[in-house]
Amino acid sequence: MKKDIILAGVGGQGIISIASIIGYAALEQGMFLKQSEVHGMSQRGGDVMSNLRISHHQIASDLIPFGQADMIISIEPLESLRYLPYLSGEGWVITNIRPFNNIPNYPDIDKIMEEIGKVPHHIALDADATAKEAGSVKATNIVILGAASPFLGMAYEKLEDAIRFIFRKKGDKIIELNLNALKAGRNFADQNM
Amino acid sequence: MLESNLMSKSRDNPRGKKTKTLFRENPMLEKYSYFCPSSITFLNLNMQKLLLLGDEAIAQAALDAGLSGIYAYPGTPSTEITEFVQNSKFAAENNIHSSWSVNEKTAMESALGMSYAGKRTMVCMKHVGLNVAADPFINSAITGANGGILVVAADDPSMHSSQNEQDSRFYGKFALVPILEPGDQQEAYDMVHYGFDFSEKFKVPVLMRITTRMAHSRSGVVRKKEVRAQNELKMPSDLRQFVLLPNIARKRYKNLLRDHASFITESESSPFNKYIDGPDKSLGIIVCGIAYNYLLENFADRHVPFPVLKIGQYPLPHNLVEKMADECDEILVIEDGYPIIEELLKGYLGRGLKVKGRLDGTLPRDGELNPNLVAVALGKEDTFGLPVPDLVVGRPPSLCSGCPHIDSYYALSETLSALSNGRVFSDIGCYTLGALKPYEAINSCVDMGASITMAKGAADAGLIPAVAVIGDSTFTHSGMTGLLDAINDKSPITIMILDNGTTAMTGGQDSPGFGKIEDICKGLGVEEAHIRVLKPLKKYHDENVAIMKEELAYRGVSVIIPRRECIVAIDKRMRDKFKNK
Repeated sequence: MKKDIILAGVGGQGIISIASIIGYAALEQGMFLKQSEVHGMSQRGGDVMSNLRISHHQIASDLIPFGQADMIISIEPLESLRYLPYLSGEGWVITNIRPFNNIPNYPDIDKIMEEIGKVPHHIALDADATAKEAGSVKATNIVILGAASPFLGMAYEKLEDAIRFIFRKKGDKIIELNLNALKAGRNFADQNM
Repeated sequence: MLESNLMSKSRDNPRGKKTKTLFRENPMLEKYSYFCPSSITFLNLNMQKLLLLGDEAIAQAALDAGLSGIYAYPGTPSTEITEFVQNSKFAAENNIHSSWSVNEKTAMESALGMSYAGKRTMVCMKHVGLNVAADPFINSAITGANGGILVVAADDPSMHSSQNEQDSRFYGKFALVPILEPGDQQEAYDMVHYGFDFSEKFKVPVLMRITTRMAHSRSGVVRKKEVRAQNELKMPSDLRQFVLLPNIARKRYKNLLRDHASFITESESSPFNKYIDGPDKSLGIIVCGIAYNYLLENFADRHVPFPVLKIGQYPLPHNLVEKMADECDEILVIEDGYPIIEELLKGYLGRGLKVKGRLDGTLPRDGELNPNLVAVALGKEDTFGLPVPDLVVGRPPSLCSGCPHIDSYYALSETLSALSNGRVFSDIGCYTLGALKPYEAINSCVDMGASITMAKGAADAGLIPAVAVIGDSTFTHSGMTGLLDAINDKSPITIMILDNGTTAMTGGQDSPGFGKIEDICKGLGVEEAHIRVLKPLKKYHDENVAIMKEELAYRGVSVIIPRRECIVAIDKRMRDKFKNK
């Protein structure tokens, strides 16, 4: 099994947390992993992306070739479109529809949704609202992860275990909140695939 | 090299086997956790495998190889090497030096001093930092080393966070020192041990060249079982070794030239230079560092049909290059950075070997490589996803909401509004983002410290008043000397030292001049009446504009210090405070 994942968002939205959870779950299953991160200047409110590759076999490149990503997981709708050249024909876009508007020329959200609608396989949800219902808007990224969970090629429980581990120092309440957020995202995906 | 090539079979992927995995939060990353809320390091017990950034692998290796001190000034993508050591419990327990240097030159010189005293030392910088450290670096090749010294330069092809994409291998060649260039995080780890041994065997500094992609990509790393002890204090056997008076330097230089022949021999047998044979001799491929991964990515079974020479150590292994030239019809050189090897093999007139690469358009002349560019260079079909929809606009980085620089720039722009445009010389830091909309407040960004000296030069030419805008950390890095030039000439310039109390752009490291800025200015000779401290807040806007107007009218050197803590630093401080309760 091999999954090539593009994680997208705006600096500070929590894409590295998503990478950490998937990465932990993958390593628990003895998989190989390569993850290319963005540090430095681009993080000051700019667009950020990370290449996450997990596989049961050795991974060569740190970068995913164009047209070969299994999915784009995005915490922001405009950002989900920026990396479409990476997506394979069978690939999925899983994205938040809540805009993060920190630029003067942010495009019309309806037009963005139209473009997302053109991607053959996509899941688009208001992860901010879903996370709020699940307990906190801070878990928006975990909702998105939940929505991406059917496509990761690993048992859902592995992600739950990873969340328990990664948030273990934050207490049971935070773990529960994040598990709820994960589940809410998963439910949305199951109903909208 | 693939991440598992260096692992023994038993450590290899234990699929199907229940592995117990320990997980630990990486303390260094908490330092800039504002950006990386849960960046992590995994420790898998069965595989003894750490999941490390290239930078972290280098730092861990240095600790395992008997490091006594690391010296650096922060600079993306090299910063995390030093931060890893700063946050290492082992380093603290073993008294390993790791505090920041004022700039790369002082870092390089301190490292040379530690080497002089017989101990192992590492000095880290981004590629342009090596320009700052070039004087001691080039001369350190002539003095040679005593304790092992490894210079790590992190290049930034595609300029993700830099003003150019210069290739540090040029500096290695220039200085005539050996260069190591890792292909993956495991190799980065292994090369540090090798580099220290090499440095101590040949008494020469060794340069390690990495790129952004290597520095900031994570993969599995297996640590060596034994942690080496630090060296004892040991003076150079010849106490004149480091005295570069011409008659000594001439001898030292002859020694270096003599040893250079040995460096080539070492390269020829190096574990990091590999000739991997292939049946199809119509093409031979020379591939350096991380580009090897892009090459392999293009072959599903990882078997390249052409002979491949993977380079991880320089000077080039002469015999292996010769072998390739002898048996292959033409050579493709794949190197991230400048076409150094390609140019060398091609020769000035291009009448030698048939060589393809960045110079003939087989690969682009500039920018970072990737698997697709390498596919096209190999004559393979390129792969494409969907096009980016037309409506997608750029989202450039910007000053944080609440950043003190915003208030400083609005005040400055209003102050200058009555004058002709183009008077603000700026520098390198977050405040360089003031060049972008909506501020468009600065007119230059060249190198660390250039704001003050360029303003002075422009004033000398008659552009009066001229303004310099520089951050506190950049000021102590390279601005102080220029300030003295301006004072000695009584240049009519106003220098704004934006003091946010931290080295913000690279993630909030200590600022070496913290609490000393006014004293430094006074000490250098700025008149006390023309050192003005103000608080960059919207509510003081009019007051601040008035102060700026006064100082711009002064026909001499004036310094304005807008002082307010970086909001990211405040956020971090508050969260730490909360955490400790």
